[in-house]
Amino acid sequence: MAASEGGVDGGPLFAGLADVSISGDIPVEGEITVPVGSRSPDEDYSTLDEPVKDTIMRDLKAVGKKFVHVMYPKKSSALLRDWDLWGPLVLCVSLALMLQGGSADSKDDGGPQFAEVFVIIWFGAVVITLNSKLLGGTISFFQSLCVLGYCIMPLTVAMLVCRLVLLAGSGTISFIIRLIVVVAMFGWSTLASTAFLADSQPPNRKGLVVYPIFLFYFVISWMILTFTPQ
Amino acid sequence: MSAAAGGSRSGTAGDWGGFEDNMQGGGSAVIDMENMDDTSGSSFEDMGEMHQRMKEEEEEEGETGAAEDEDGEFLGMKGLRGQLGRQVADQMWQVGKRQATRAFSLYANIDILRPYFDVEPIQVRARLMESMIPVKMINFPQKIAGELYGPLMLVFTLVAILLHGMKTSDTIIREGTLMGTAIGTCFGYWLGVSSFIYFLAYLCNAQITMVQMLSLLGYGLFGHCITLFVTYNIHFHSLFYIFWLGVGGLSTLRMVAVLVSRTVGHTQRLILCGTLAALHMLFLLYLHFAYHKVVEGILDTLEGPNMPPFQRVARDIPLVSNAVLNTTAKAIALTL
Repeated sequence: MAASEGGVDGGPLFAGLADVSISGDIPVEGEITVPVGSRSPDEDYSTLDEPVKDTIMRDLKAVGKKFVHVMYPKKSSALLRDWDLWGPLVLCVSLALMLQGGSADSKDDGGPQFAEVFVIIWFGAVVITLNSKLLGGTISFFQSLCVLGYCIMPLTVAMLVCRLVLLAGSGTISFIIRLIVVVAMFGWSTLASTAFLADSQPPNRKGLVVYPIFLFYFVISWMILTFTPQ
Repeated sequence: MSAAAGGSRSGTAGDWGGFEDNMQGGGSAVIDMENMDDTSGSSFEDMGEMHQRMKEEEEEEGETGAAEDEDGEFLGMKGLRGQLGRQVADQMWQVGKRQATRAFSLYANIDILRPYFDVEPIQVRARLMESMIPVKMINFPQKIAGELYGPLMLVFTLVAILLHGMKTSDTIIREGTLMGTAIGTCFGYWLGVSSFIYFLAYLCNAQITMVQMLSLLGYGLFGHCITLFVTYNIHFHSLFYIFWLGVGGLSTLRMVAVLVSRTVGHTQRLILCGTLAALHMLFLLYLHFAYHKVVEGILDTLEGPNMPPFQRVARDIPLVSNAVLNTTAKAIALTL
Protein backbone atom coordinates (compact mmCIF):
# COMPACT_ATOMS: atom_id res chain seq x y z
CA MET A 1 0.00 0.00 0.00
CA ALA A 2 2.66 2.39 1.10
CA ALA A 3 4.96 1.16 -1.60
CA SER A 4 2.40 1.84 -4.23
CA GLU A 5 1.98 5.31 -2.78
CA GLY A 6 5.69 5.81 -2.88
CA GLY A 7 5.64 4.73 -6.48
CA VAL A 8 2.90 7.18 -7.23
CA ASP A 9 4.86 9.87 -5.44
CA GLY A 10 8.00 9.03 -7.30
CA GLY A 11 6.23 8.64 -10.62
CA PRO A 12 5.73 12.28 -11.55
CA LEU A 13 9.25 13.13 -10.47
CA PHE A 14 10.93 10.90 -12.99
CA ALA A 15 8.19 10.72 -15.57
CA GLY A 16 9.56 13.81 -17.26
CA LEU A 17 13.04 12.38 -17.42
CA ALA A 18 11.99 9.38 -19.45
CA ASP A 19 10.78 11.57 -22.26
CA VAL A 20 14.00 13.47 -22.51
CA SER A 21 16.22 12.24 -25.27
CA ILE A 22 18.98 14.15 -26.93
CA SER A 23 19.46 13.39 -30.54
CA GLY A 24 22.93 13.36 -31.91
CA ASP A 25 22.79 16.32 -34.26
CA ILE A 26 21.70 18.98 -31.74
CA PRO A 27 24.86 20.57 -30.45
CA VAL A 28 24.96 20.74 -26.69
CA GLU A 29 26.07 24.06 -25.35
CA GLY A 30 28.33 24.60 -22.38
CA GLU A 31 31.48 22.90 -21.25
CA ILE A 32 30.92 19.45 -19.94
CA THR A 33 34.44 18.15 -19.63
CA VAL A 34 35.29 16.82 -16.23
CA PRO A 35 38.70 18.03 -15.01
CA VAL A 36 40.18 14.70 -14.02
CA GLY A 37 43.64 14.76 -15.46
CA SER A 38 44.42 18.43 -15.30
CA ARG A 39 45.08 19.76 -11.83
CA SER A 40 43.66 23.07 -10.84
CA PRO A 41 46.22 25.65 -9.72
CA ASP A 42 44.96 25.46 -6.16
CA GLU A 43 46.03 21.88 -5.82
CA ASP A 44 49.60 22.74 -6.65
CA TYR A 45 49.80 24.63 -3.38
CA SER A 46 48.99 21.65 -1.27
CA THR A 47 50.04 22.68 2.18
CA LEU A 48 49.60 19.34 3.84
CA ASP A 49 53.15 18.10 3.54
CA GLU A 50 55.16 21.29 3.61
CA PRO A 51 57.37 22.21 6.57
CA VAL A 52 55.84 24.42 9.25
CA LYS A 53 58.53 26.97 8.60
CA ASP A 54 57.28 27.46 5.04
CA THR A 55 53.74 27.97 6.23
CA ILE A 56 54.72 30.59 8.76
CA MET A 57 57.06 32.30 6.34
CA ARG A 58 54.36 32.49 3.70
CA ASP A 59 51.93 34.11 6.13
CA LEU A 60 54.60 36.48 7.38
CA LYS A 61 55.39 37.42 3.80
CA ALA A 62 51.74 38.15 3.13
CA VAL A 63 51.60 40.41 6.19
CA GLY A 64 54.84 42.11 5.18
CA LYS A 65 53.55 42.72 1.68
CA LYS A 66 50.54 44.46 3.10
CA PHE A 67 52.76 46.64 5.25
CA VAL A 68 54.57 47.71 2.10
CA HIS A 69 51.23 48.43 0.45
CA VAL A 70 50.31 50.75 3.27
CA MET A 71 53.61 52.55 3.05
CA TYR A 72 53.15 53.05 -0.71
CA PRO A 73 49.41 53.48 -0.98
CA LYS A 74 48.90 52.71 -4.62
CA LYS A 75 45.50 51.88 -5.99
CA SER A 76 45.95 48.23 -5.41
CA SER A 77 43.42 45.69 -4.39
CA ALA A 78 45.86 43.32 -2.73
CA LEU A 79 44.99 44.68 0.67
CA LEU A 80 41.34 44.17 -0.02
CA ARG A 81 41.43 40.84 -1.78
CA ASP A 82 42.90 38.57 0.85
CA TRP A 83 42.39 40.20 4.16
CA ASP A 84 43.85 39.04 7.41
CA LEU A 85 43.74 40.46 10.90
CA TRP A 86 47.24 39.48 11.99
CA GLY A 87 48.80 42.75 10.97
CA PRO A 88 46.13 44.88 12.66
CA LEU A 89 46.46 42.79 15.81
CA VAL A 90 50.23 43.18 15.93
CA LEU A 91 50.04 46.92 15.21
CA CYS A 92 47.27 47.50 17.70
CA VAL A 93 48.98 45.58 20.49
CA SER A 94 52.34 47.25 19.90
CA LEU A 95 50.75 50.71 19.83
CA ALA A 96 48.82 50.02 23.01
CA LEU A 97 51.92 48.64 24.72
CA MET A 98 53.96 51.69 23.78
CA LEU A 99 51.22 54.00 24.97
CA GLN A 100 50.94 52.14 28.23
CA GLY A 101 54.06 53.88 29.50
CA GLY A 102 55.14 51.40 32.15
CA SER A 103 53.17 53.02 34.90
CA ALA A 104 50.97 50.12 35.68
CA ASP A 105 51.96 49.92 39.31
CA SER A 106 51.76 53.63 40.02
CA LYS A 107 48.40 55.01 40.84
CA ASP A 108 46.08 56.08 38.11
CA ASP A 109 47.69 58.88 36.16
CA GLY A 110 45.09 59.50 33.52
CA GLY A 111 47.38 58.16 30.80
CA PRO A 112 45.95 55.90 28.17
CA GLN A 113 45.63 52.36 29.41
CA PHE A 114 46.22 49.31 27.29
CA ALA A 115 42.59 48.32 27.26
CA GLU A 116 41.48 51.80 26.38
CA VAL A 117 43.70 52.04 23.32
CA PHE A 118 42.74 48.55 22.28
CA VAL A 119 39.05 49.26 22.59
CA ILE A 120 39.29 52.62 20.83
CA ILE A 121 41.00 51.05 17.85
CA TRP A 122 38.66 48.10 17.43
CA PHE A 123 35.49 49.90 18.36
CA GLY A 124 36.36 52.79 16.08
CA ALA A 125 37.15 50.48 13.19
CA VAL A 126 33.88 48.63 13.64
CA VAL A 127 31.92 51.89 13.73
CA ILE A 128 33.60 53.15 10.57
CA THR A 129 32.88 49.87 8.84
CA LEU A 130 29.24 49.85 9.83
CA ASN A 131 28.96 53.45 8.72
CA SER A 132 30.38 52.67 5.31
CA LYS A 133 28.04 49.69 5.01
CA LEU A 134 25.10 51.89 5.89
CA LEU A 135 26.11 54.49 3.36
CA GLY A 136 25.96 51.82 0.69
CA GLY A 137 29.57 50.73 0.42
CA THR A 138 30.31 47.50 -1.40
CA ILE A 139 33.00 46.23 0.88
CA SER A 140 32.83 43.34 3.27
CA PHE A 141 33.09 43.82 7.00
CA PHE A 142 36.46 42.19 7.53
CA GLN A 143 38.04 43.74 4.45
CA SER A 144 37.33 47.14 5.87
CA LEU A 145 38.60 46.15 9.32
CA CYS A 146 41.77 44.83 7.70
CA VAL A 147 42.43 48.04 5.78
CA LEU A 148 41.75 50.27 8.76
CA GLY A 149 43.93 48.12 10.96
CA TYR A 150 46.85 48.06 8.56
CA CYS A 151 46.62 51.81 8.05
CA ILE A 152 47.42 52.36 11.73
CA MET A 153 51.00 51.48 10.85
CA PRO A 154 52.19 55.05 10.15
CA LEU A 155 50.86 56.05 13.54
CA THR A 156 52.67 53.17 15.21
CA VAL A 157 55.85 54.38 13.55
CA ALA A 158 55.09 57.89 14.80
CA MET A 159 54.69 56.49 18.31
CA LEU A 160 58.08 54.80 18.04
CA VAL A 161 59.69 58.05 16.90
CA CYS A 162 57.98 59.93 19.71
CA ARG A 163 59.32 57.58 22.31
CA LEU A 164 62.83 57.89 20.89
CA VAL A 165 62.55 61.67 20.86
CA LEU A 166 61.24 61.63 24.41
CA LEU A 167 64.26 59.55 25.42
CA ALA A 168 66.49 62.33 24.15
CA GLY A 169 64.67 64.86 26.24
CA SER A 170 61.48 66.78 26.47
CA GLY A 171 61.27 70.43 25.69
CA THR A 172 59.84 72.77 23.12
CA ILE A 173 62.04 71.43 20.32
CA SER A 174 61.13 67.85 21.10
CA PHE A 175 57.48 68.79 21.13
CA ILE A 176 57.78 70.48 17.74
CA ILE A 177 59.51 67.42 16.30
CA ARG A 178 56.82 65.17 17.69
CA LEU A 179 54.10 67.44 16.38
CA ILE A 180 55.52 67.38 12.87
CA VAL A 181 56.01 63.62 12.89
CA VAL A 182 52.56 62.88 14.25
CA VAL A 183 50.80 65.27 11.88
CA ALA A 184 52.67 63.82 8.90
CA MET A 185 51.87 60.25 9.91
CA PHE A 186 48.26 61.16 10.63
CA GLY A 187 47.93 62.52 7.11
CA TRP A 188 49.59 59.42 5.75
CA SER A 189 47.23 57.07 7.59
CA THR A 190 44.17 58.96 6.48
CA LEU A 191 45.29 59.20 2.87
CA ALA A 192 46.27 55.54 2.69
CA SER A 193 43.01 54.26 4.13
CA THR A 194 41.01 56.60 1.92
CA ALA A 195 42.88 55.43 -1.15
CA PHE A 196 41.95 51.85 -0.37
CA LEU A 197 38.42 52.38 0.83
CA ALA A 198 37.17 55.20 -1.35
CA ASP A 199 36.72 53.03 -4.44
CA SER A 200 34.16 50.87 -2.73
CA GLN A 201 31.90 53.81 -1.99
CA PRO A 202 29.40 55.60 -4.15
CA PRO A 203 31.33 58.52 -5.64
CA ASN A 204 29.13 61.28 -4.32
CA ARG A 205 29.42 60.15 -0.72
CA LYS A 206 33.16 59.88 -0.24
CA GLY A 207 33.18 62.85 2.10
CA LEU A 208 30.73 61.20 4.43
CA VAL A 209 32.87 58.07 4.66
CA VAL A 210 36.12 59.94 5.06
CA TYR A 211 34.94 62.04 8.00
CA PRO A 212 34.71 59.21 10.59
CA ILE A 213 38.04 57.84 9.35
CA PHE A 214 39.54 61.26 9.87
CA LEU A 215 38.06 61.46 13.36
CA PHE A 216 39.31 57.97 14.23
CA TYR A 217 42.91 58.60 13.24
CA PHE A 218 42.75 62.06 14.74
CA VAL A 219 41.87 60.71 18.17
CA ILE A 220 44.65 58.11 17.98
CA SER A 221 47.25 60.61 16.82
CA TRP A 222 46.19 63.06 19.49
CA MET A 223 46.72 60.35 22.10
CA ILE A 224 50.16 59.73 20.68
CA LEU A 225 51.05 63.40 20.69
CA THR A 226 50.02 63.99 24.28
CA PHE A 227 51.74 60.87 25.53
CA THR A 228 54.38 61.40 28.18
CA PRO A 229 56.14 58.51 29.88
CA GLN A 230 55.92 58.59 33.63
CA MET B 1 8.19 -3.50 6.64
CA SER B 2 10.23 -2.37 3.73
CA ALA B 3 7.11 -0.97 2.19
CA ALA B 4 6.55 1.09 5.28
CA ALA B 5 10.13 2.23 5.22
CA GLY B 6 9.75 3.22 1.62
CA GLY B 7 6.66 5.17 2.44
CA SER B 8 8.33 6.97 5.27
CA ARG B 9 11.29 7.70 3.07
CA SER B 10 9.02 9.29 0.59
CA GLY B 11 7.61 11.26 3.49
CA THR B 12 11.04 12.52 4.45
CA ALA B 13 11.74 13.25 0.84
CA GLY B 14 8.69 15.44 0.87
CA ASP B 15 10.03 17.10 4.00
CA TRP B 16 13.35 17.72 2.46
CA GLY B 17 11.75 19.03 -0.65
CA GLY B 18 9.80 21.46 1.45
CA PHE B 19 12.93 22.37 3.29
CA GLU B 20 14.82 23.09 0.13
CA ASP B 21 11.98 25.12 -1.24
CA ASN B 22 11.87 27.17 1.88
CA MET B 23 15.56 27.69 1.86
CA GLN B 24 15.38 28.86 -1.67
CA GLY B 25 12.59 31.21 -0.82
CA GLY B 26 14.61 32.64 2.06
CA GLY B 27 17.71 32.88 -0.08
CA SER B 28 15.94 34.69 -2.85
CA ALA B 29 14.46 37.12 -0.38
CA VAL B 30 17.88 37.90 1.00
CA ILE B 31 19.26 38.36 -2.45
CA ASP B 32 16.41 40.69 -3.20
CA MET B 33 17.40 42.79 -0.25
CA GLU B 34 20.99 42.77 -1.43
CA ASN B 35 19.91 44.02 -4.80
CA MET B 36 17.87 46.69 -3.20
CA ASP B 37 20.84 48.10 -1.32
CA ASP B 38 22.54 49.08 -4.48
CA THR B 39 19.73 51.33 -5.52
CA SER B 40 20.17 52.91 -2.08
CA GLY B 41 16.94 54.76 -2.55
CA SER B 42 15.01 51.85 -1.18
CA SER B 43 11.90 53.06 0.47
CA PHE B 44 10.34 51.84 3.61
CA GLU B 45 7.27 50.50 1.98
CA ASP B 46 9.38 47.98 0.12
CA MET B 47 10.99 46.94 3.32
CA GLY B 48 7.68 46.49 5.05
CA GLU B 49 6.33 44.53 2.14
CA MET B 50 9.33 42.30 2.20
CA HIS B 51 8.85 41.62 5.88
CA GLN B 52 5.20 40.92 5.37
CA ARG B 53 5.97 38.51 2.60
CA MET B 54 8.57 36.72 4.64
CA LYS B 55 6.14 36.39 7.51
CA GLU B 56 3.42 35.06 5.26
CA GLU B 57 5.77 32.59 3.76
CA GLU B 58 6.75 31.39 7.16
CA GLU B 59 3.18 30.99 8.25
CA GLU B 60 2.27 29.14 5.13
CA GLU B 61 5.11 26.83 5.50
CA GLY B 62 4.21 26.25 9.12
CA GLU B 63 0.80 25.11 8.05
CA THR B 64 2.07 22.78 5.39
CA GLY B 65 4.59 21.46 7.88
CA ALA B 66 1.77 20.60 10.27
CA ALA B 67 -0.16 18.88 7.51
CA GLU B 68 2.86 16.83 6.56
CA ASP B 69 3.35 15.96 10.17
CA GLU B 70 0.03 14.18 10.33
CA ASP B 71 0.69 12.48 7.07
CA GLY B 72 4.07 11.28 8.22
CA GLU B 73 2.66 9.94 11.46
CA PHE B 74 0.06 7.99 9.61
CA LEU B 75 2.53 6.52 7.19
CA GLY B 76 5.56 5.95 9.37
CA MET B 77 3.73 4.79 12.48
CA LYS B 78 5.33 1.36 12.43
CA GLY B 79 8.73 2.24 11.11
CA LEU B 80 11.13 3.09 13.90
CA ARG B 81 13.82 3.93 11.41
CA GLY B 82 11.50 6.25 9.58
CA GLN B 83 10.65 8.05 12.77
CA LEU B 84 14.26 8.44 13.66
CA GLY B 85 14.97 9.82 10.23
CA ARG B 86 12.09 12.18 10.53
CA GLN B 87 13.29 13.38 13.90
CA VAL B 88 16.78 14.01 12.69
CA ALA B 89 15.48 15.79 9.64
CA ASP B 90 13.14 17.80 11.82
CA GLN B 91 15.93 18.75 14.16
CA MET B 92 18.22 19.75 11.35
CA TRP B 93 15.46 21.73 9.76
CA GLN B 94 14.81 23.53 13.03
CA VAL B 95 18.48 24.38 13.51
CA GLY B 96 18.82 25.49 9.93
CA LYS B 97 15.74 27.63 10.16
CA ARG B 98 16.93 29.26 13.35
CA GLN B 99 20.30 30.06 11.86
CA ALA B 100 18.77 31.34 8.66
CA THR B 101 16.37 33.61 10.52
CA ARG B 102 19.18 34.90 12.71
CA ALA B 103 21.38 35.69 9.72
CA PHE B 104 18.46 37.23 7.95
CA SER B 105 17.48 39.42 10.88
CA LEU B 106 21.06 40.66 11.15
CA TYR B 107 21.01 41.63 7.51
CA ALA B 108 17.53 43.05 7.78
CA ASN B 109 18.55 45.22 10.71
CA ILE B 110 21.30 46.83 8.68
CA ASP B 111 18.93 47.20 5.77
CA ILE B 112 16.22 48.74 7.87
CA LEU B 113 18.69 51.37 9.08
CA ARG B 114 19.95 52.11 5.60
CA PRO B 115 17.32 54.62 4.47
CA TYR B 116 18.28 56.84 7.40
CA PHE B 117 21.80 57.06 6.08
CA ASP B 118 20.76 58.05 2.61
CA VAL B 119 22.31 61.50 2.41
CA GLU B 120 24.65 63.57 0.29
CA PRO B 121 27.51 65.61 1.74
CA ILE B 122 25.84 68.80 0.60
CA GLN B 123 22.67 67.91 2.46
CA VAL B 124 24.60 67.25 5.64
CA ARG B 125 26.40 70.56 5.33
CA ALA B 126 23.15 72.41 4.73
CA ARG B 127 21.53 70.74 7.72
CA LEU B 128 24.47 71.59 9.94
CA MET B 129 24.10 75.21 8.94
CA GLU B 130 20.36 75.10 9.40
CA SER B 131 20.74 73.68 12.86
CA MET B 132 22.11 77.06 13.94
CA ILE B 133 19.42 79.15 12.28
CA PRO B 134 16.15 79.35 14.16
CA VAL B 135 13.25 79.88 11.81
CA LYS B 136 10.41 81.90 13.22
CA MET B 137 7.58 80.20 11.45
CA ILE B 138 5.17 78.61 13.85
CA ASN B 139 1.97 78.49 11.85
CA PHE B 140 3.07 75.74 9.57
CA PRO B 141 4.81 72.54 10.71
CA GLN B 142 8.47 72.79 9.81
CA LYS B 143 10.13 69.95 8.00
CA ILE B 144 12.49 67.67 9.90
CA ALA B 145 14.66 65.32 7.95
CA GLY B 146 14.57 61.85 9.40
CA GLU B 147 18.24 61.15 8.97
CA LEU B 148 20.74 59.63 11.35
CA TYR B 149 24.14 60.04 9.69
CA GLY B 150 24.68 63.62 10.80
CA PRO B 151 23.50 63.09 14.38
CA LEU B 152 25.58 59.96 14.78
CA MET B 153 28.72 61.66 13.51
CA LEU B 154 28.07 64.66 15.73
CA VAL B 155 27.70 62.41 18.75
CA PHE B 156 30.99 60.70 17.93
CA THR B 157 32.64 64.08 17.47
CA LEU B 158 31.29 65.10 20.85
CA VAL B 159 32.74 61.91 22.33
CA ALA B 160 36.16 62.77 20.90
CA ILE B 161 35.94 66.34 22.18
CA LEU B 162 34.89 65.11 25.62
CA LEU B 163 37.79 62.66 25.68
CA HIS B 164 40.09 65.55 24.89
CA GLY B 165 38.53 67.63 27.66
CA MET B 166 38.81 64.80 30.15
CA LYS B 167 42.43 64.15 29.32
CA THR B 168 43.50 67.75 29.60
CA SER B 169 41.62 68.18 32.81
CA ASP B 170 43.20 65.07 34.34
CA THR B 171 39.82 63.72 35.14
CA ILE B 172 40.13 60.47 37.01
CA ILE B 173 37.22 58.16 36.97
CA ARG B 174 37.09 55.34 39.44
CA GLU B 175 35.42 52.16 38.32
CA GLY B 176 35.46 53.02 34.66
CA THR B 177 37.38 54.36 31.73
CA LEU B 178 37.34 57.82 30.24
CA MET B 179 36.29 56.34 26.95
CA GLY B 180 33.33 54.53 28.44
CA THR B 181 32.25 57.58 30.38
CA ALA B 182 32.43 59.85 27.34
CA ILE B 183 30.51 57.43 25.16
CA GLY B 184 27.99 56.77 27.89
CA THR B 185 27.43 60.46 28.53
CA CYS B 186 26.96 61.44 24.91
CA PHE B 187 24.88 58.49 23.78
CA GLY B 188 22.96 58.51 27.03
CA TYR B 189 22.06 62.14 26.56
CA TRP B 190 21.17 61.73 22.91
CA LEU B 191 19.06 58.62 23.27
CA GLY B 192 17.70 59.37 26.72
CA VAL B 193 16.61 62.93 26.10
CA SER B 194 15.23 62.04 22.68
CA SER B 195 13.06 59.31 24.13
CA PHE B 196 12.00 61.53 27.01
CA ILE B 197 11.03 64.40 24.73
CA TYR B 198 9.34 61.97 22.38
CA PHE B 199 7.31 60.72 25.31
CA LEU B 200 6.44 64.29 26.28
CA ALA B 201 5.58 65.07 22.67
CA TYR B 202 3.27 62.09 22.67
CA LEU B 203 1.58 63.42 25.79
CA CYS B 204 1.41 66.94 24.37
CA ASN B 205 0.16 65.72 21.04
CA ALA B 206 3.05 67.05 19.01
CA GLN B 207 3.53 65.69 15.52
CA ILE B 208 6.96 64.17 15.61
CA THR B 209 8.36 60.70 15.19
CA MET B 210 11.17 59.12 17.13
CA VAL B 211 13.57 59.27 14.20
CA GLN B 212 12.78 62.93 13.64
CA MET B 213 13.35 63.58 17.32
CA LEU B 214 16.71 61.82 17.21
CA SER B 215 17.67 63.79 14.14
CA LEU B 216 16.56 67.10 15.63
CA LEU B 217 18.38 66.61 18.90
CA GLY B 218 21.42 65.18 17.16
CA TYR B 219 21.80 68.19 14.92
CA GLY B 220 21.20 70.33 17.99
CA LEU B 221 24.45 68.90 19.37
CA PHE B 222 26.37 70.76 16.68
CA GLY B 223 26.30 73.88 18.83
CA HIS B 224 27.61 71.88 21.78
CA CYS B 225 30.45 70.52 19.68
CA ILE B 226 31.55 73.99 18.57
CA THR B 227 31.26 75.48 22.03
CA LEU B 228 33.09 72.70 23.80
CA PHE B 229 35.80 72.43 21.18
CA VAL B 230 36.57 76.12 21.50
CA THR B 231 36.25 76.42 25.25
CA TYR B 232 38.22 73.30 26.13
CA ASN B 233 41.13 74.89 24.34
CA ILE B 234 40.68 78.58 25.14
CA HIS B 235 39.91 79.02 28.77
CA PHE B 236 38.00 82.16 29.54
CA HIS B 237 34.87 81.99 31.53
CA SER B 238 33.41 85.00 29.76
CA LEU B 239 34.12 83.41 26.39
CA PHE B 240 32.34 80.28 27.47
CA TYR B 241 29.30 82.18 28.58
CA ILE B 242 29.18 84.08 25.29
CA PHE B 243 29.40 80.81 23.39
CA TRP B 244 26.97 79.16 25.72
CA LEU B 245 24.34 81.81 25.14
CA GLY B 246 25.21 82.48 21.52
CA VAL B 247 25.97 79.18 19.86
CA GLY B 248 24.24 76.89 22.31
CA GLY B 249 21.29 79.25 22.51
CA LEU B 250 20.92 79.40 18.74
CA SER B 251 20.85 75.65 18.32
CA THR B 252 18.40 75.35 21.21
CA LEU B 253 16.21 78.05 19.70
CA ARG B 254 16.18 76.22 16.42
CA MET B 255 14.93 73.04 18.07
CA VAL B 256 12.39 74.97 20.09
CA ALA B 257 11.11 76.73 16.97
CA VAL B 258 10.66 73.43 15.16
CA LEU B 259 8.89 71.85 18.09
CA VAL B 260 6.63 74.86 18.58
CA SER B 261 5.59 74.75 14.96
CA ARG B 262 4.57 71.13 15.39
CA THR B 263 2.62 71.48 18.61
CA VAL B 264 -0.81 72.88 19.16
CA GLY B 265 -1.77 74.69 22.35
CA HIS B 266 0.13 77.12 24.53
CA THR B 267 0.54 74.95 27.60
CA GLN B 268 1.75 72.02 25.57
CA ARG B 269 4.24 74.18 23.72
CA LEU B 270 5.53 75.63 26.96
CA ILE B 271 5.97 72.26 28.64
CA LEU B 272 7.66 70.62 25.68
CA CYS B 273 9.95 73.44 24.68
CA GLY B 274 10.77 74.49 28.22
CA THR B 275 11.90 70.99 29.10
CA LEU B 276 13.95 70.60 25.95
CA ALA B 277 15.59 74.02 26.28
CA ALA B 278 16.43 73.53 29.94
CA LEU B 279 17.88 70.05 29.39
CA HIS B 280 19.88 71.10 26.35
CA MET B 281 21.40 74.20 27.87
CA LEU B 282 22.14 72.58 31.22
CA PHE B 283 23.81 69.64 29.51
CA LEU B 284 26.24 72.01 27.81
CA LEU B 285 26.94 73.69 31.12
CA TYR B 286 27.55 70.34 32.76
CA LEU B 287 29.86 69.13 30.02
CA HIS B 288 31.90 72.29 30.24
CA PHE B 289 32.32 72.47 33.99
CA ALA B 290 32.60 68.79 34.69
CA TYR B 291 35.65 68.37 32.45
CA HIS B 292 37.06 71.83 32.45
CA LYS B 293 40.61 72.73 33.24
CA VAL B 294 42.75 75.81 33.62
CA VAL B 295 45.17 77.00 30.98
CA GLU B 296 48.36 75.51 32.38
CA GLY B 297 47.05 72.03 32.10
CA ILE B 298 47.43 71.46 28.40
CA LEU B 299 50.87 73.03 28.26
CA ASP B 300 51.97 70.80 31.06
CA THR B 301 50.70 67.69 29.38
CA LEU B 302 52.60 68.63 26.29
CA GLU B 303 55.82 69.69 27.95
CA GLY B 304 56.49 66.54 29.85
CA PRO B 305 57.09 65.43 33.39
CA ASN B 306 60.10 67.62 34.16
CA MET B 307 58.01 70.66 34.74
CA PRO B 308 56.85 71.23 38.26
CA PRO B 309 53.38 69.98 38.84
CA PHE B 310 51.06 72.67 37.65
CA GLN B 311 49.27 74.75 40.13
CA ARG B 312 45.62 74.58 39.79
CA VAL B 313 44.56 78.18 39.78
CA ALA B 314 42.01 78.42 42.49
CA ARG B 315 38.98 78.56 40.39
CA ASP B 316 36.32 80.80 41.71
CA ILE B 317 34.06 78.02 42.77
CA PRO B 318 31.44 80.26 44.39
CA LEU B 319 31.26 82.28 41.24
CA VAL B 320 30.78 79.19 39.13
CA SER B 321 28.18 77.75 41.39
CA ASN B 322 26.53 81.14 41.45
CA ALA B 323 26.47 81.10 37.69
CA VAL B 324 25.05 77.61 37.68
CA LEU B 325 22.41 78.70 40.13
CA ASN B 326 21.65 81.75 38.05
CA THR B 327 21.29 79.77 34.89
CA THR B 328 19.23 77.14 36.61
CA ALA B 329 16.98 79.85 37.93
CA LYS B 330 16.79 81.35 34.47
CA ALA B 331 15.97 78.04 32.93
CA ILE B 332 13.34 77.37 35.51
CA ALA B 333 11.94 80.83 34.94
CA LEU B 334 11.93 80.03 31.25
CA THR B 335 10.17 76.78 31.88
CA LEU B 336 7.50 78.28 34.05
